[in-house]
Amino acid sequence: MTYFPEEVVEHIFDFLSSHRDRNIVSTVCKAWYRVERLSRRIVFVGNCYAVRPGRVMARFPGMKCLSVKGKPHFADFNLVPHDWGGFALPWIEAAARGCPGLEELRLKRMVVSDESLELLARSFPNFKALVLVSCEGFTTDGLAAIATHCRGLRELDLQENEVEDHGRQWLSCFPDSCTSLESLNFACLKGEVNAGALERLVARCVNLRSLKLNRAISVESLARMLARTPHLVELGTGSFTVEHRAEAYQRLIHAFRKCKSLKSLSGFWDVAPRCLQSIYSICPNLTVLNLSYAPAIQGADLVKLIRHCFKLQKLWVLDCIRDKGLAVVASTCQELQELRVFPSDIYGTGTAAVTEEGLVAISSGCSKLNSLLYFCHQMTNAALITVAKNCPHFTRFRLCILDPGKPDPDTNQPLDEGFGAIVRSCKDLRRLSLSGLLTDKVFLYIGEYAARLEMLSIAFAGDSDKGMVYVLNGCKNLRKLEIRDSPFGDAALLENVGKYETMRSLWMSSCDVTLGGCKALAAKMPRLNVEVINDRDESDEMEENPSDMHKVEKMYVYRTLAGARNDAPEFVEIL
Amino acid sequence: MEEDLENRGGACPQLLDLIPNESDWMMAPEASGGGRGVGGLDDSEDKKLELKLGLPGVGGGEEEAAAVLCLDFFSKASKTTTTTTCTGARRRLFESAESKSEGPQQEQQAGFLQLQSRAESGNEWPHKAVWAGGKADLQQSHAAPGGAAGPNTSSQTRAAPAPVVGWPPIRSFRKNLSSSSVKPSVGLENDNAEMKQKFDNNKKGLLVKINMDGIPIGRKVDLKAYDNYEKLSLAVKELFLGLLAAQRDTPENENEAAKQAFVGLLDGSGEYTLVYEDNEGDKMFVGDVPWDMFVSTVKRLRVLKSSDLAALRLGAVSRKRTATES
Repeated sequence: MTYFPEEVVEHIFDFLSSHRDRNIVSTVCKAWYRVERLSRRIVFVGNCYAVRPGRVMARFPGMKCLSVKGKPHFADFNLVPHDWGGFALPWIEAAARGCPGLEELRLKRMVVSDESLELLARSFPNFKALVLVSCEGFTTDGLAAIATHCRGLRELDLQENEVEDHGRQWLSCFPDSCTSLESLNFACLKGEVNAGALERLVARCVNLRSLKLNRAISVESLARMLARTPHLVELGTGSFTVEHRAEAYQRLIHAFRKCKSLKSLSGFWDVAPRCLQSIYSICPNLTVLNLSYAPAIQGADLVKLIRHCFKLQKLWVLDCIRDKGLAVVASTCQELQELRVFPSDIYGTGTAAVTEEGLVAISSGCSKLNSLLYFCHQMTNAALITVAKNCPHFTRFRLCILDPGKPDPDTNQPLDEGFGAIVRSCKDLRRLSLSGLLTDKVFLYIGEYAARLEMLSIAFAGDSDKGMVYVLNGCKNLRKLEIRDSPFGDAALLENVGKYETMRSLWMSSCDVTLGGCKALAAKMPRLNVEVINDRDESDEMEENPSDMHKVEKMYVYRTLAGARNDAPEFVEIL
Repeated sequence: MEEDLENRGGACPQLLDLIPNESDWMMAPEASGGGRGVGGLDDSEDKKLELKLGLPGVGGGEEEAAAVLCLDFFSKASKTTTTTTCTGARRRLFESAESKSEGPQQEQQAGFLQLQSRAESGNEWPHKAVWAGGKADLQQSHAAPGGAAGPNTSSQTRAAPAPVVGWPPIRSFRKNLSSSSVKPSVGLENDNAEMKQKFDNNKKGLLVKINMDGIPIGRKVDLKAYDNYEKLSLAVKELFLGLLAAQRDTPENENEAAKQAFVGLLDGSGEYTLVYEDNEGDKMFVGDVPWDMFVSTVKRLRVLKSSDLAALRLGAVSRKRTATES
């Protein structure tokens, strides 16, 4: 066997971009493990509790980019208690000690304190990019530290975080010498920022390509900034209210016309329909359009806008677009790949905004569609079968029928056949979210056909343990399984315990799993952490030693090399 | 064992009486003629209320699928009720019933009540039952769940689905977007606030103590759930109205008099005045500073009798409320 010199092997590994490929080559032999670990620059940790931070730093001393994810996905919907965990500080501390050359940090669903941000700001002289998604625990003081100390910062991207407002001065903390920003996103901040400081910052950062403002930024300010950044590619507007004859509005239109590179638009807080006309000139170039924060725009105005957007690849809208509006999207946006339709009136009793008809229309027009998130009031098997036939390229299919457990309104049947058609037709399906009335049968289909499925979300579905077992035994690439309010119990949980070591995590809440079942799982599988998360109220009333028959309200199971974590709050029991 | 349940089952008819239209509830609202195996429920009245114990998956040998009809709601007022009428059949397991059960046979069995939902043939699917989330407390069935129990009675209009925790699966900030939405999401955020009791004021879910003169037991209020003083004032009234009325013990007009007490909390004109203690230890009138500043400096609240105000020598801040002098 011929051995390549290490430099050659390393060069070959450079072509491996996926983490999975690099993980696999590192298991070939010790030499390759060594070469791989010393040359790995981008490290992805899908579950912050699966491995100790120090171990990651020790293995990959050359790490430049680190991504870490914390809380389980259902934390987005308030199902995980606030102080469950997912702290960023240990990771930042370990990186400061072990990988001071760190340049990029991406955190998702983690608790990031101001202290962590301050440490981050001071510890990495080459730090370039900070991306925080769905995080919490920090204030604008932490942002001030980043702005102050991170010389050469290129990217500050805050997506959907909960940030406490401690004043507007943080933005002014970017020194006058800072000209390196390429991407700035503070759309999720609720408070005001110093508009003057922002405008000056934007003006001097000549490489700025992505700018996403928050609601507090006025149209006047936006117009001024756009005039200085004609090469902007992504824009998130601030508040979009302006009298449409006003001078500011005219300047805005003028500025938009100059932005020939603009491809992505979002924001539009408080937008009045008339003001949308200002962007008609950009629409033909747009590939990404996010109007999902603009409930004031009703169907007709949306349609007028979308008729101009024939290059659109990604569209996020509210369901006030109606089925009719989706039909227009279907005929206009032939390049559409991703569609998200969010509900605008969840608790109201208004007439159904979007139904299966809208989805069918989309599928017949947009054959390139591969990613869908669709909130609707009803769905039929026939529609899903049609969609499956029209769009066999789905990689992400998430359907949420707002009324839990609702059957097909035409036939009163469960939606097993519809979803079955989807998994049979879409061979590349990686992510699936189910809703509506579903029996064990749908899981039989999923287990049998969804060979590439990696993430499955189940709510109010199934009849018996068999459903869950079909999935566990069938989907060989399954990584994340999250289940709520479904009748799966201990028998299902314990049927295939080895499966969980091949997965990142399993979440079950309001199911039939008992404490005894969880204990049994933990006993059989020492390399899993089995967390039993008690509701606060419940733990007050609970007896000292709840019986094993006691049903577990929330359970989170994940594979780990790190053993039981030591930062769990008292309402989390790790078995 | 059966008797035990039937004793407790004594509570059940009361629960069922709350359901306005039982037969509608049994059938899916859009059903134009069933064909869904609800026949079993019509067989006899006893069967409607039959509670059975059984292990999961034990289907064979049971004669009839039993339908357990129950409404669940959290015992604490601050939590949202999670009763959802739904056309799907879902089992619900009652922990408190289980923990209170004494029958010896229960130890042998799984010890929980269970809806034996069993398709009798491949085409039928399980009996319908009210899907209820959250803990059951059959004893505390006195509170009517309000509109939540109302099923869809016609296929044209859709009754609002009652809020279920974490459903629909969208982020909280999206729930607040639409101006026309009712905002039960505030309730859900209060939910989280209750769970964060250990946190100090600087974290999310700003819980501060509030005491009222003459009421021995204080309350806690989550200031992050409100965005202006009017809403806070209303919340204070809701918190203490019942306690005050009970205190006063005047059966005839207790509620009116008690409600009157909460008028003018913010401007000094009422029987009581809302004051707070800030982070510098000063006592201040609520309403003087902008809301955001108030939220970031408040440490605790008090509802004082206005007649006592002069005696207390409140902080030197002069009353800034001008326009309300009407």
